[in-house]
Amino acid sequence: MNIQDNRLKTGDGGIILTSVEDLLNWSRLSSLWPMGFGLACCAIEMMASYASNYDLERFGIFPRPSPRQSDVMIVAGTVTFKMADRIRRLYEQMPEPRYVISMGSCSNCGGPYWEHGYHVVKGVDRIIPVDVYVPGCPPRPESLIGGFLKLQEKIRHEHPLAPQLLIEMENE
Amino acid sequence: MNKINVDDIHQAIEAKFSTESATIINPQSLQPILLIPSSRLLEICQFLKDDKDLFFDYLASITAIDNGPDKGNIDVIYHLTSIPYQRSCTLKVRIPREIEQASLPSVSHIWQTANWHEREAFDLVGVVFEGHPDLRRILLPNDWVGHPLRKDYQEEELYHGIKIKS
Repeated sequence: MNIQDNRLKTGDGGIILTSVEDLLNWSRLSSLWPMGFGLACCAIEMMASYASNYDLERFGIFPRPSPRQSDVMIVAGTVTFKMADRIRRLYEQMPEPRYVISMGSCSNCGGPYWEHGYHVVKGVDRIIPVDVYVPGCPPRPESLIGGFLKLQEKIRHEHPLAPQLLIEMENE
Repeated sequence: MNKINVDDIHQAIEAKFSTESATIINPQSLQPILLIPSSRLLEICQFLKDDKDLFFDYLASITAIDNGPDKGNIDVIYHLTSIPYQRSCTLKVRIPREIEQASLPSVSHIWQTANWHEREAFDLVGVVFEGHPDLRRILLPNDWVGHPLRKDYQEEELYHGIKIKS
């Protein structure tokens, strides 16, 4: 049973029955801390999402100044080749489990630089693995929130405690 | 304030140096351009800055344009502004585009701001500025190969193991 499906507010001190795994997933997805950095105009929309109108903090999302404290990296903007080395290093500095949201056309696939941009990496997934792609140029804050909800769904169905091999055998 | 137009600047340069040291390319346009030989660039720039009646104390930008292998030259364009007189002047220098010959004297000791402008022109078009104090790439990474705004630029296959082309 999922921990969030069962919210009966009786006023009495109640009991919630769940599994450790669901509890763990619920706590992880309820405090996704992104790394505070932006690369281009998408970062403006990302900042707008953090600010009071859209208020990402109601999802437990607020930016951290260090990759060591972050769970998720929002690649918000154009990834140039000069930046690619830095992004790869920042990603490697994040503790696992770590997630990546690719925000906007540039980091999804190169965007307007697809054909003639000698300096742009044609998709940040060429350097780091991406969990959620948010389309748009730039995506509105609603889209970014949608991306976060998608990521929460992904985390909700993870099995952080199970041995990976067993899961793979079950899926076969 | 005394009115000075591009003809006056042209005449001042010719009086100071020699005739044919500058030609006006497009006298009728809103932005007339003075074409000057690259050998005279340094002295003309110094003169335009120091002269009391001209006093172009501010270099707004340096632009380099590659005209392609067919024409075989590069245009370097200097936009000068005189802040006290509130007027501007445009200089153009035409140099060959072959890598060894595409060079100009640096004006960074006349206008400090030329330092970064010249680095940019070097980075993207490959114009070498002789006498520049620190001619490194300014936008692209230091280990980049080639000058991307040249018309015949060919992208490399990989950069640090990442495929460049789409």
